[in-house]
Amino acid sequence: MNKIKCECGHVNPEGTVLCEACGKPIEGNQHITGNHKKKLLDMRYDGSARRSQTYNRSMIDKIWSFFSSVKVGIWLIVITLVASSIGTIFPQEEYIPEDAPFRDPSIFYEDRYGIFGKIYYQLGFHHLYSSWWYILLIALIGISLVICSLDRVIPLYKALKKQSPKRHKTFVERQRLFSETDHVTEQDKETLVKHLKQQRYKISEKDGHILAEKGRFSRWGPYVNHIGLIIILLAAILRFTPFMYSDASVSIREGETVSIPSTDGQYYIKNKKFTLEEYDEEDERFKASIEKSGNVAKNFQTDVIVYKAKGEAVPGSDPELEKYKEDKIQMNNPLKFDGITLYQRFYDLDEFKDMSFKLYEKDDKDQEAIGTFKVNLEDPKFEYSLPDGYKVKIDDYYPDYYFDEDDQTPQPRSDSTYPKNPAFIFKVYAPGEKEPEVSFAGIGKNIAASKDNQYKLGIVDFSTRDISTLTVRRDYTLPYFIIGAAIFMIGVIQGMYWYHRRVWIHPTEDGLLIAGHTNKNWHGLERDIEKAITDTSINMVEDQQEQE
Amino acid sequence: MDLDERKKLKQNKKKKRLIFRISILLVLVLAVVFVLVSNSKKDNDTYAEGDEAPNFKLEQINKSVDQKELELKDLKGKGVMVNFWATYCKPCEKEMPYMQGLYEKYKDKGIEIVAVNLDGNELVTNRFIDKYDLTFPVAWDKNKQVREIYNIRPIPSSVFIDKNGKITKRIEGQLTLDQLEDILKSIQP
Repeated sequence: MNKIKCECGHVNPEGTVLCEACGKPIEGNQHITGNHKKKLLDMRYDGSARRSQTYNRSMIDKIWSFFSSVKVGIWLIVITLVASSIGTIFPQEEYIPEDAPFRDPSIFYEDRYGIFGKIYYQLGFHHLYSSWWYILLIALIGISLVICSLDRVIPLYKALKKQSPKRHKTFVERQRLFSETDHVTEQDKETLVKHLKQQRYKISEKDGHILAEKGRFSRWGPYVNHIGLIIILLAAILRFTPFMYSDASVSIREGETVSIPSTDGQYYIKNKKFTLEEYDEEDERFKASIEKSGNVAKNFQTDVIVYKAKGEAVPGSDPELEKYKEDKIQMNNPLKFDGITLYQRFYDLDEFKDMSFKLYEKDDKDQEAIGTFKVNLEDPKFEYSLPDGYKVKIDDYYPDYYFDEDDQTPQPRSDSTYPKNPAFIFKVYAPGEKEPEVSFAGIGKNIAASKDNQYKLGIVDFSTRDISTLTVRRDYTLPYFIIGAAIFMIGVIQGMYWYHRRVWIHPTEDGLLIAGHTNKNWHGLERDIEKAITDTSINMVEDQQEQE
Repeated sequence: MDLDERKKLKQNKKKKRLIFRISILLVLVLAVVFVLVSNSKKDNDTYAEGDEAPNFKLEQINKSVDQKELELKDLKGKGVMVNFWATYCKPCEKEMPYMQGLYEKYKDKGIEIVAVNLDGNELVTNRFIDKYDLTFPVAWDKNKQVREIYNIRPIPSSVFIDKNGKITKRIEGQLTLDQLEDILKSIQP
């Protein structure tokens, strides 16, 4: 294979379909784009040599030409689309509903969707979007995008740069818009060029051959667009590094101070107060809709203090804290500091905080208190002293009480460590008595261990607090996504709202040939030419494709 | 230009093209490998088997152990089992007697057990310790920070550390007596 010298003198790289300079179809290469079967020339990439279509010698060249194929690219996209839609048939692992009886994916899918659910789970479709093959597909699309673009934009750029106003007659004749006029005066020719100039065509001339061109800029649109996509893909890759992106959540009870996850214990946060505001039910404006669909939160907000740990603390130990920021966090109004963003996410209202009990004699009709004591439900004391020598010990405490009947020995248990349904086993020591009385007390429950119990314990008061859940996010990748998306849009606009139009004027003995080519909107080009030939005797171009 | 010169030029160009293609492909392949590796790592534990166990320091709340604080660093030279548990968790409760029994057997052979408690409150934990007569140190992870660092998801979970401070095994879920004994033997210094 050798370089091909055209009769105009230009040396073309091998694989060229239309001479880069004069546009004459190069013999022996017409099969590449199928020109030999048609009258009109295939003008894609201006007939330049797409390397991938010509060299296939080494392994690298083969891989290159595989990814350079648009067909392969489209197949990759189709396969990815099909895979993505499969992922939506059943919910993904992380979206298994909170209230499902079995949340373990190995049971959930079969339990809810039967045999299809089982297959779905076994094929690993329950975490499809993070599976290696799905990510590989996306990556292959990325590779195809890069190589396709490189393989086309470089030759196209070269071809458009090298193009000569002087084209071969065959090239001109085989354009889609074409006309031939036998007799044209010099004046008519000048008018034509003038009109083209008025329409902001750029004119170049060589030996009386004229090329009028405008909007070449539009041809780069798709490639600019691809650059945007590649930047978006790169930003997505950056998300895999914990330094660039992390996402966690933290629940804080009112009054509590906890370390902010994913900050290596560098920051702590205190929930000072949680506020929930609802719409006024009495307000005429909201009354109807509240009655229809229940009340909706107008505002929920956490007042927080952020602390910074002083020095390096061993994980787990309490470091010295320094107040760093005091602010409020609302829905759509996150708190930002040092690259970390805290969003208001959920709330849980009214978890028990403390409970007050009174001790009274069982037979006392007025239930007059011998003494009262307040139990901090998060950190109850082991023993409470009451007046007149009475003492109450907590024998056991169930923060989230339920009675476990499934166990071999049915017994009271706690379901979690959170005081959602607190219950106690108290031992009451009366003055002078050696043996304590045992009683069980909780919400709506007050059971004496023995009939002989003389004392009873009753709840007199309790207080609650709210739990606020915040999302902790660090995301340095967002700007790259925005830049990528902006470049993508610029590319779209560039390719959509500008047209690359070219008109060739080819002088013959006494007249001239006109040919026109555009990448889209042929009507527009025809109108341009029509305007250009007004007041002249030049024939209007005809669309040769319609004649075929 | 004679033929030889032209041939040389062509070969040069071909070489350049090959280098260009190889470097572009290399960059792309590296990016893909990076993504795939970090994606598979994400599912895995932050500290895997073979890694150095990250240090922690917690309040020790078992009254039968004469120690107010517990730092992992101080246990170097011993085989350490770090067990993450809570009183409300039934499988944790089933595991406790095994741990206690084996602790008594292997304590003098250089094995230490640290039970990292994830309950919110001390009274409940103390009652539990009394109920099972636990004699190994119980560390209170009030802030759940140690749990986060070790990336513990279900409880019970146990991390086994050899005398050099390397994690040799991570177990999610309840252990049987035999399993536990085998692992303890394997980390015995």
